[in-house]
Formats: sequence, structure tokens, C-alpha cells
Amino acid sequence: MMKKTFAIAAAVAAVTALPSGDAAAQAREQIRIVGSSTVYPFATSVVEQFGKETQYPTPVIESTGSGGGLQLFCAGVGAEHPDITNASRRIKPSEVKRCQENGVQKITEVKIGADGIVFANSVEGPDADFQLKHIWQALAAQVPQDGELVKNPYETWADIDSSLPDKKIEIYGPPPTSGTRDAWNELAMMGGCKQFDMIASMSESKMEEACLTYRSDGAWIEAGENDTLIVQKLNSNTNAYGIFGYSFLDQNRNTIQAAKINGVAPTVENISADQYPISRSLWFYVKNAHVGVIPGIEAYVKEFTRASTWGPNGYLVEKGLIPMPEQQRNAWRQKARNFEPLNPEEIMG
Amino acid sequence: MSSTANTADVGMRRPDLSAQRLRKRYAAERRFRLYGVIAVVTAIGMLAVLLGSIVQNGYSAFWQTQMKLTVTPTAEQIGLEGQPTPENLRDTNFRPVVYEALFQLFPEVTGEQARRQLRGFVSGAAARDIREQVIENPSLLGTSFDVWVKTDDKIDMLHKGYVDRALPPDRRLLDTEFIQWHDQLDARGRVEAFFNTTFFTGTDSREPEQAGILAATVGSFLTLFVTLLLSFPIAVLAAVYLEEFAPKNKATDLIEVNINNLAAVPSIVYGLLGLAVVINFFGFPRSSPLVGGIVLSLMTLPTIIISARSALRAVPPSIREAALGVGASRIQTVTHHVLPLSLPGILTGTIIGMAQALGETAPLLMVGMVAFIVEVPTSVTDPSTVLPVQVFLWSTSPERAFIEKTSAAIMVLLAFLIAMNATAVLLRKQFERRW
Repeated sequence: MMKKTFAIAAAVAAVTALPSGDAAAQAREQIRIVGSSTVYPFATSVVEQFGKETQYPTPVIESTGSGGGLQLFCAGVGAEHPDITNASRRIKPSEVKRCQENGVQKITEVKIGADGIVFANSVEGPDADFQLKHIWQALAAQVPQDGELVKNPYETWADIDSSLPDKKIEIYGPPPTSGTRDAWNELAMMGGCKQFDMIASMSESKMEEACLTYRSDGAWIEAGENDTLIVQKLNSNTNAYGIFGYSFLDQNRNTIQAAKINGVAPTVENISADQYPISRSLWFYVKNAHVGVIPGIEAYVKEFTRASTWGPNGYLVEKGLIPMPEQQRNAWRQKARNFEPLNPEEIMG
Repeated sequence: MSSTANTADVGMRRPDLSAQRLRKRYAAERRFRLYGVIAVVTAIGMLAVLLGSIVQNGYSAFWQTQMKLTVTPTAEQIGLEGQPTPENLRDTNFRPVVYEALFQLFPEVTGEQARRQLRGFVSGAAARDIREQVIENPSLLGTSFDVWVKTDDKIDMLHKGYVDRALPPDRRLLDTEFIQWHDQLDARGRVEAFFNTTFFTGTDSREPEQAGILAATVGSFLTLFVTLLLSFPIAVLAAVYLEEFAPKNKATDLIEVNINNLAAVPSIVYGLLGLAVVINFFGFPRSSPLVGGIVLSLMTLPTIIISARSALRAVPPSIREAALGVGASRIQTVTHHVLPLSLPGILTGTIIGMAQALGETAPLLMVGMVAFIVEVPTSVTDPSTVLPVQVFLWSTSPERAFIEKTSAAIMVLLAFLIAMNATAVLLRKQFERRW
């Protein structure tokens, strides 16, 4: 009987004792990266290459979203906090402040390229060329009519403008937690609604409310974080349009087509040259305090900023990254490899 | 007098309807059975559709398209310095060898642009695979030999018939050149589909043709190991105490209600708890099977406690009374008689709890196990991911080839679940006692 008691006690003790050795490990052997799900496919390609070509272990990447990543990143300095965070938008003033409060003083900012957000439908549906204001008129809760804001009356695209297809308005897009949605709001919705004089003359907060309130009568459908899902919806519903990242368009050309925006098609050339109106920059941030402490960070940054990685013929382009023009690439490479810290004033204004 | 008149009246007013009523009752019973059959058929039909679509999408992932290259690696070409020892060979680059062999297959492809495109025909893993072969057998260096290497995932999709050749080139997933090259090689017998061992021996990768489930499977085992080690003893002790020793009062009632409530708490809540307590307070390593296992054992504890308690309750009181009657102490009664008799039931509950834990992703999201991890974890503190998370990560990847990988990983996960549930059923059948 006693033996059994001991056996059970020993098992419990063994389990509770398990972590004590490694949990308190002072320094990690492995780089830890968190952040945007948009940058995730590119960053994973780089770490894989990095892991196979260098003596360092392959870094671990968590896909937490840009905001979630920066929150973890700014939580402090030390092995229990991530070394690098990816973001599909630039760091915000509030996040810089949080970083500083938690002792994360020096951060290296690296711009890696661009990503276009496409407005696409099934290849069975009509070709179209939208103005940003058409898209906003299709999505907003209230639109200007005869000098005042009224509840969105548009049922079909042709109601908005007779040059557009006579199809019911149905749009699938990302939820508010998504970085794609942030970029879409800023570039497409704000861009489109400011073209109306009566809105452009409003105060900042009123304008934001008028521009970014989506209609709730079923024409706008939030389809979840998963872009694959939106692509599938477009295949089964040829009337519908979807909002997602360029790389998904690239991989599904056989079933979906992207609409032109303001007459510009989302191609690598147009996005890279800043011609396409709905494109955003992708970034990553490195904690300078960890450089030289966690092995391999220098080598990782070097791998990421190689021409054969992020250049026009690099392997990230194959994954759907839109490369920066050469001059910008050189400038960012230099900043990144020297770990020039970000000037907080630049963000805080 | 009046009573007989009454009955006669009643008899006259009520014709004999029993046959009709009987028919109605039988009809109702037949209808009820029919509804039951329809319900079962619907359930089976849905299951069949689910499994059918998974198998249909996923079976092709167990094959991998490979191409035969005739390579002639020379020390100069691979940049070998010194003797061809394994250490020196590890620093070499076999990519020029692969490209050279590729260009020899298509001498008509000239020009920088076209040749760069042709390089995309073969997987990035090809050079590493050939290097491994040469490391194993250094005498191959300087000789010409045939080797089967993986093609790129685009070619794999083409070979498996997922690329619609009838579409115009700008809509097709693949450029016309690749289709021509593939068809030429196919005609020469140099392209073939082999069983995809990489899927079982490889780890996560951004290149679909190099992606496998080994790291996730090992991660799942380590996580479940921690879960089992923690939740089984705690749950059994709790159940035995509550059932056999604890007094029945308000306090134990409260505990019982709470255990039942815990079983219904959404699993993400345990993830949040794990993040706050296990990682932030105790400082256990993020993304590790240890943390995942602790979180999942919190989740499975109520399930096991509940099933263990009902298994203990199913042991008839006469057993306990007999044991006590011949002089056994209470703890002897429990450990010698009640517990062994209820063990099959407890194990069944444990296996079902484990199967639940195996399929869980939501709580693991919070503790950082939803991550891209290439190295196979070797201990419970290494960063790791689990099978259902691997399914989730692949399902969000844009590449067409990941669709079949996703379904194939689901098939493997289902196989594990079926095996575990079958064990539970077998245990019950084998050891269950009827009293």
C-alpha cells in the first residue's frame, strides 16, 4: 500500500519537477518571431532558408496579427519576450510609447516590400473597373444624396453608376481584427469617401464615422481572417466580390480575377510603382537589446535583406511579395544591417 | 335498472373503434421508426460527405511527383575544399549540379530568362537530397548517375491533373513552358509519382513538396503525454475521494456542480488561463508541449473526473460491503477491489478525454503553439506545434498544393482519433463486467 502511495507521489513530483531545468534558461538558442499573418508566409520562407543554410536553429514564428505581435514585442526585454515582430502596417505612436515604458528602447525598423489588396470576383462574373468612391458607396452605411447623408439605397452596382455591371452588391471582406481591414479602411474607404465634398468638409471624427461605418443590410459580409475562405465563396457565388491579399490572387488565377481600381490593375509593376491605390507596406521590427544576445539575429536580418531574398528575382517574389524599387531596398538594407534604431519622434510626431 | 340503461346508452353511442385506434397506434409507431431511420441515414450521409470530400481532396498528397536527373557532380562544381569527408561535403552547394543536369535535359532552352524559369521546375530540396546521397557514398563524386528528385509543387499539381490545360495562359496556374517541359519529360519516362515519404518524415515547410507532419505528430505525442501524466492521476484521485471518502454535504455538492460546469467551459478560456498563469506567472517556455499539456489537462480533467466517478458508482455496494466484512480497511477496499473493477470505465473516459485534447487548437493559440516550427521537438520544453494546428496553418496557405496536404493531415489526425476511440471501445468490451 505504502509503495503505491509513493509511486503516485513520485509520479506527481516528476511531472511538477519536469520544467525546473529548462524553464529558467537564461538565453534562448533560437530566434523567436511573432506578428502579422500577412508577413507570415514571407517570414516563414526566410527562416526556412536561414535554418537550412546557416548553423543556427530555425527560428520559431507565431502568427499573432500585427497588433498582437507588437503587444508581445513591446512587453519587455529578455529571453521570454520575442526578438522580432512582423507587421503589415507601421508601428503606432501608442505602441512606441508602450515599448519605451517597458524598457524596449532601441528598435530597428525594416521595410520589406509591399502587398496589394485586391478587389476580386469569379472569372465567370463580369470584368469591371471601379473608382474608389464607387466601392465606398457600395459599402458605407450612409451615403450622400442630394446634399445629405441617407441610408445606403444602392442594391446593384448599376444603381451607383450606370457604367458598372447590373449585379447585386455582395462583398466579402476581412473582420475588424485583421491588418488587411485596417489597410482597406485607410486606403479604400477613406480614399473613396473623401472624394465627396460634403464629407471632406466634416470634422475629423465625424468624417471617420461617416467613412468607416459599414452597411449592415447584408451586402457587406465579414468572412473571417481566412483568405482561402473568401476565395472559395467567390467561386460559389459569381455575383460576389472579395477583399484579400495579392498572393491569394496570384495562386487562384484560374478561378478569380481582380477588378481594376481607378483604371489600374493590381500587377506587380503597378503595386511596386505605387500606381495601384490599395497597397500597403510590410515591415518587421528588431529588438536591438537582443542583438548579440540571442544568436543569429544579425544573420537573419542579413538573409532577409539579400537581393536573392527580397529583390525582384528573389524567392519572396515567388510567394507574392511586391519588391521595393532598388534605391529604397538599398537604403533599408543599410539601415537594417547596421541596426540603426528607429527615431521615436518620427512616429510620435 | 338505471345503470344497465346507462351502459346500453353508452354502448349505443360509442361504436367499437378499437381496430381503428390500433391501426393508428401501429402507424404512429411505424412513423416514429421511420423518423429514426431518417435521422440515422442523415447522420451517416453527412459523415460520408465529410469523409468523402476529405479523402477526395487529400489522397493525392500521399504521392509526390519526382523526375529523373542524370547528374555528374564534380568537386569543382560543388565548391568542395579538401577531401570528400562528410564534414567538408556538408559545406558544398549542389545547386549548380542540379541546374546543369536540368539544362542538359532541355538543350533547346537557352537564354538567361528561359533558363531561370526552367530552374523553377525542380524543387529546392533536390540539391540537398543529392548532397545527402553523396555524403553517404562519396565515391559517387565525379561519376555520372541517375537520381530521382522532387519536382516543384507546381509541376506536382500539373502531374496530378489539378491544372486545367484548357484555360487561357493568363488564367492558368502554370506557364505554357512548364506544361511543355513536363509533357516532354513524361513522354521520355522521366516523370513519375512516388509514395510521398516526405509527408511523414518531413516537417513544416513553405514549399508544399517539402512539407511533412513529423514535427507536429511528435509535438502532439509530447503534449498528450504531459496531459495524460497530469490529468489521469489527479482526476482519478479526485474521483475516488469524492466518490468513496468525501462526506455528502453542501461543500461536495458545490464541488460537483463546479466540475460539471468546468466540463462545459469553452476551451479558449483554458488557453487564456494558461497564458496568464503558466507562462506569465510561472515563466514556463512559450510554445512548449509542457505548457500545451498543462492547458489541455485542465480541459480534460473534468471529463475524466466525471467518467471516473460514474465508473466507481457502477461498482455495486455489495463488493465494498463484502470487503469491509472480511476485515479490509477502507483504503484496501478501494485499491484492491473498487478501483480495479472500475478501471475499464475510467480508462475509457481517459481515452475519450485524450482524443478531445488531441483535436484541440483554440487553447493552444493563446500559449503560442500556433507557430511555424521546423525542428522536431526532442523534449517537452522545446517549441512545438500539434497536428490540428498544422492542419489550420496549411489551410490558410495560398498555394494550391497545400489544399491536398491539409486534407491528408486531417486524414492522419482522424486515423489517430479512430484508433484511440477503437481502443476505448475494445477496453470496454473486453473488461466490462455486468453485475
